[in-house]
Amino acid sequence: MILETVHRIAVRELAPKAAELDETAGFPHAAVTAFAENGILNPLLPAQYGGVDLSLLTFSMILEEIARACASSALLLIAQADGMLPILHGGSESLKEKYLRRLADDSRQLTALAATEPSAGSDVVSMRTKAVRKGDRHIVNGQKCFITNGSVADFFVLYAYTDASKGARGISAFVVEKGFPGLVYGKNENKMGMRGSINSELFFEDMEVPAENLVGVEGGGFVNLMKTLAMSRLFCASQAVGIAQGALNEAMAYAGERVQFAKPIAALAPIQFMVADMAAAVESSRLLTHKAAHLFDEGKAESASTFAAMAKFTASDTAMRVTTDAVQILGGYGYMKDYPVERMMRDAKLTQIYTGTNQIMRLIAGRDLLLSR
Amino acid sequence: MHLTPETTQELTMLREAVYRAARDKIAPLAASIDESGEFNRDVEALCWDLGLLTLALPPEFGGLEKNRGTALCIAVEEISRFCASSALLLIIQAVGSFPIVHGICPEIRDRVLSRIRDNRELVAYLVTEPSGGSDVAAIKTTATRDGNEYVISGAKCFATNGGVASLYSVLARTSREEGHMGLSFFLVERDRPGLQVGRKENKLGQRGSNTTEVFLDEVRVPAVNLLGEEGRGFRLAMKDFDMSRPAIAAQALGIAQGAFETMVKYSTERQAFGKFIAEHQMIQAILADSGMLIEASRGLVYRAAALHDEGKRNTKIASMAKCLASDAAMKITTDAVQVLGGYGYTKDFQVERMFRDAKLTQIFEGTNQIQRIVIAREILNEVGFTI
Repeated sequence: MILETVHRIAVRELAPKAAELDETAGFPHAAVTAFAENGILNPLLPAQYGGVDLSLLTFSMILEEIARACASSALLLIAQADGMLPILHGGSESLKEKYLRRLADDSRQLTALAATEPSAGSDVVSMRTKAVRKGDRHIVNGQKCFITNGSVADFFVLYAYTDASKGARGISAFVVEKGFPGLVYGKNENKMGMRGSINSELFFEDMEVPAENLVGVEGGGFVNLMKTLAMSRLFCASQAVGIAQGALNEAMAYAGERVQFAKPIAALAPIQFMVADMAAAVESSRLLTHKAAHLFDEGKAESASTFAAMAKFTASDTAMRVTTDAVQILGGYGYMKDYPVERMMRDAKLTQIYTGTNQIMRLIAGRDLLLSR
Repeated sequence: MHLTPETTQELTMLREAVYRAARDKIAPLAASIDESGEFNRDVEALCWDLGLLTLALPPEFGGLEKNRGTALCIAVEEISRFCASSALLLIIQAVGSFPIVHGICPEIRDRVLSRIRDNRELVAYLVTEPSGGSDVAAIKTTATRDGNEYVISGAKCFATNGGVASLYSVLARTSREEGHMGLSFFLVERDRPGLQVGRKENKLGQRGSNTTEVFLDEVRVPAVNLLGEEGRGFRLAMKDFDMSRPAIAAQALGIAQGAFETMVKYSTERQAFGKFIAEHQMIQAILADSGMLIEASRGLVYRAAALHDEGKRNTKIASMAKCLASDAAMKITTDAVQVLGGYGYTKDFQVERMFRDAKLTQIFEGTNQIQRIVIAREILNEVGFTI
């Protein structure tokens, strides 16, 4: 039922606008409206805060369905979840009531997660942003970059050192609202793909955050972040599966219509082999992704985390290869902006990078498999 | 290639000169050329000044005495390290001129070739049609003899330099014969009535090259504009490929080299987990794989070009070079974006452009699927098995 709604939104609202959104590097307002009106801007929000409380497996399917049509719009939902989960996982009841409520029902409020810094990407603990307690508030100084939804978020979760001497255990999480004094917006990035999502620089110049906006306890930020990132990898994998499936669909449709050497290229063995490899890779990536989602839903967090990492690099590598091959099947036409596959190829590349590069994913999976038992 | 000390010195000097010009004059323009998607006249002028747009012409019109194929590859590789779009200009000038150089009738030869050199005119190559990309034999454009003229009608697409060239080498069907036997090349001047340049394509990459549709509506050319013999156009096109495929391979090689240099430099500057990322073995593996593929590509590219220059059959090696180098370029540019991470994905760094540029090398001048078929056919021919 919910998937039918999502499919309808993707086909009717998102797909027709995807090319323009990409070309103009705009913000997916249409997606916000469509998702909010149908109560799926925050599908994971628990019922007690006014949400629809969907399972991770369903959310994974939703993301795939959306990404088939428009990966940037899927990234919007992912950023929403990334901004909500740290509060859900680690926030006090009053913090949850205050902020999660804001996302309830047909709310159009936007959230984000701000961890990455210019010199701290995969290596999160190299972050330099600091929060110093002063009376009933924390004073934050530093900067973040590449933050999805950063400059449009109504509130977001910020990670900063409250005690740099303690390493990972000195990182804390805070909820920051738009309009907090000292929050300064930098430029939005000009990206190769996923151009319909906003990635911002954020600067904190003696920004004041009320003490009660600390998420959980001081020093609990790193564990909190890892918990969200483990799930976010599943989201990225789902998005990658969607991009790949979308490109595969385009390639198959084209192969059936394009005539070369007196027959549709679908009748040529090299094309058949490519499509077979593409389809097999998409199906395997989807199954791995669903398995990771299922493990989260079952509450098996540790193995879910390993599987999410494996799903993330498998699905995103698949998306990169499948989109590259889809452009190949469409040939010269695929290289033109008249067809969506070149956009999908540009979009796919980000899935190999964000929420932990695939090198980091392999490291996580490898260590989990080899060293943690 | 005859590796006498003089020729190696000549080619080394050419490489040096093109490298310096590309680094100093073209590289600073590459990002804006890509962003605007406009053909750059300054780059064109620079290429004329350096003699790079007459490389493939006979010596009396500015071409090299020998090693023309190798020289073209060298120039293309060096420019592609910084701007693939600009290198494509050279390739298409050579590809478009090829049917003219090898097929033009003596009466108009000197006039046309000196026109190219003296007026600095660009030549485009009009072969691809909307319904016939890899399948050249499916060409629908017709050329019908009418007295002392041919009347040419049809639609061509994806014509590189289509909107900026003033001369076109057009492949058209001159007989009802099916397949590739009835095809012939014609020289068509842009100002002929009935020739119209259509819309410019909005491409993923190589955006600084001008790719357009060209329509021919009963365009009349004198019979002397037939290039080569009637019905021999397909053979001429295939011979052209023997020169152009190594050049496309050289473009892919240059793109890969440019991306490789960027990722190596970045990996020695960026730190993560307390050391330079070049010190992480995962990154080292990427650098090693990229370096290997580049050296293998380079070996094939210059072997294919040398065979061509020696007048030896190079079809197999040329296709191998094109296929391997372009697949390598796609992989290496994809990995270069990966090594640069989030930064690589932004337009502030050049690897995302190289990634977009690389994709075309897998497609044009015969898709890599076609290259594999050509390679296999050559391999099987060698053992007497004919397909």
